[in-house]
Amino acid sequence: MKRWLLWLGVLLVLAGLEASLRGLIGPYAYQITVLVGVNIILAVSLNLINGFTGQFSIGHAGFYAVGAYTSAALVKFGGPAIRGLVGFLPAIGQDAVLLLAGLAAAAIVAGIAGLAVGIPSLRLRGDYLAIVTLGFGEIIRVVILNVDSIGGARGFSGIEQLSNFFWVYFFVLVTIVVIHNIVHSSYGRAFVSIRDDEIAAEAMGVDTTRFKVLSFVISSMFAGIAGGLFGHFTMYLHPNSFTFVASFNVIIMIVIGGLGSIEGAVVGATVFTVALELLRKLGPFRLVSFAVLLVLIMIYRPQGLLGSWTLFKGRRKAAPKAMVV
Amino acid sequence: MGLLEVRDCTIRFGGLTAVKSLSMSLEKGALYGLIGPNGAGKTTVFNLLTGVYHPNEGSIELDGKSLNKLKPSRIARLGMSRTFQNIRLFQSMTVLENVKLARHGARKQNVWDATLHNRKQRDEEAQIERDAMELLEIFNLEGRADEIAINLPYGSQRRLEIARALATDPRILLLDEPAAGMNPQESLDLMHLIRRVRDRFDLTVLLVEHNMRVVMGVCERIQVIDYGETIALGSPREIQDNPKVIEAYLGGA
Ligand SMILES: Nc1ncnc2c1ncn2[C@@H]1O[C@H](COP(=O)(O)OP(=O)(O)O)[C@@H](O)[C@H]1O
Ligand SMILES: [Mg+2]
Repeated sequence: MKRWLLWLGVLLVLAGLEASLRGLIGPYAYQITVLVGVNIILAVSLNLINGFTGQFSIGHAGFYAVGAYTSAALVKFGGPAIRGLVGFLPAIGQDAVLLLAGLAAAAIVAGIAGLAVGIPSLRLRGDYLAIVTLGFGEIIRVVILNVDSIGGARGFSGIEQLSNFFWVYFFVLVTIVVIHNIVHSSYGRAFVSIRDDEIAAEAMGVDTTRFKVLSFVISSMFAGIAGGLFGHFTMYLHPNSFTFVASFNVIIMIVIGGLGSIEGAVVGATVFTVALELLRKLGPFRLVSFAVLLVLIMIYRPQGLLGSWTLFKGRRKAAPKAMVV
Repeated sequence: MGLLEVRDCTIRFGGLTAVKSLSMSLEKGALYGLIGPNGAGKTTVFNLLTGVYHPNEGSIELDGKSLNKLKPSRIARLGMSRTFQNIRLFQSMTVLENVKLARHGARKQNVWDATLHNRKQRDEEAQIERDAMELLEIFNLEGRADEIAINLPYGSQRRLEIARALATDPRILLLDEPAAGMNPQESLDLMHLIRRVRDRFDLTVLLVEHNMRVVMGVCERIQVIDYGETIALGSPREIQDNPKVIEAYLGGA
């Protein structure tokens, strides 16, 4: 009951901010704020598989792309039909239904893609996941480039704008709460046990393959949702936004913040996104500066800026060392 | 027929036959010792029983069910639990979390319950915590529940591994050199603990141990292997007096 009220309060606050934020901070800062939110969803979700479960995915942008294009396509081609079904609602309600339908489709299709990538690669030991996710990200991009109905190499334009600060930060909270809840449950303990010692985890009854796949699918679904929110905010998608660099950026975010810490992923995504904007003047050198930053962090703070410090327990756990290919 | 039946199991690593045509039969409730010189194949037997390796030949049955092709996690959930000779605690987890993790197989919550943290999930987590604390009390570790497990002294880590193994609700408990690194007093306590735990949890225990005082004090029946083959089988007294056993230990020393 109380939780229900809390969420209602949160919705009201978000709606209030949505109404006033653009006026307060200007359209540019508003746009960056929304992008920060999208990146928080990406970082927190990637952290589930890379940080908590100890597997190494380097293709998060692939699932992000799947979600973005799925949602945009569903709304573009199925939008009129869906609006017809809920025609009794006011426009804002119709928009919400349409966005939620798009995001649900994004999560489901990205989750299925995660299942298809995860089952064969997570059954094997070692870093097969890294190789396969890298390949997957590229394959998705090439597929998109060649499908004309979603814009191909021209990019997908004319996407309906349905997402905004309100929706992005609503899903930021949903992502954080869901991942936090899962991490603090029998499931989360199973994920961490796999990271710590796969042989011991199996010996204690944890079906390590199944739980790696589960972690990976949940992670992919949230990447899909982030994609949907992104496309319906920018109204335009291009395959170039989903290259390996995009995947790598998310890895940088969670390494900055500290693998295996939700708060770390939030901080990492925020710092990274804002810094990337501030460094725009540097042109191509800004990517180099991030590589340098990453190396410095790995040398001087391998546990990340926050390590595995968690707000909720207020203590440090031995954090996994940052690992990069 | 015993609770655990191993028949003619062989496993080879390249040219090395680590376990050769080994048979073993454990009655329910047994305190069974498996001993032999270093490199005899004892740990490999544990790895076969728990599905880490699969035998090249032979069969393993738990209560009439073949374990031959099963994964370790499945075997664990069928009631076979173990400790490790080279301790394998979960390094980022506390003492309590290590034990809680082992309640994994008994969980009733599904992924939705975990996502929502609903009443069912919260009640179960509370129950898991109580069960885990109860086990820690038996092993005198309740005072260190919130410490990182791998920061405990060696002897405590070994006891924690046993507590963790028990948290899976096993029918058979496999202990791989649980007294290694313990001082004489700790070893003595461990002996009593193993017997107490067997009675209290209605267990069958298979013990690999180098400390002969512990083995002779705890086990009712002992099997001796050397180079992967059985060389003797009998009561502690019979084993102590067996010339082949003396030979294997002196020859191996
Ligand atoms: N995975 C493996 N690969 C190759 N050889 C192994 C493997 N596991 C065990 N062995 C070998 O099998 C023999 C028995 O080892 P082990 O079972 O550990 O002996 P014990 O526990 O009795 O000291 C040793 O010679 C060991 O080197
Ligand atoms: Mg051994």
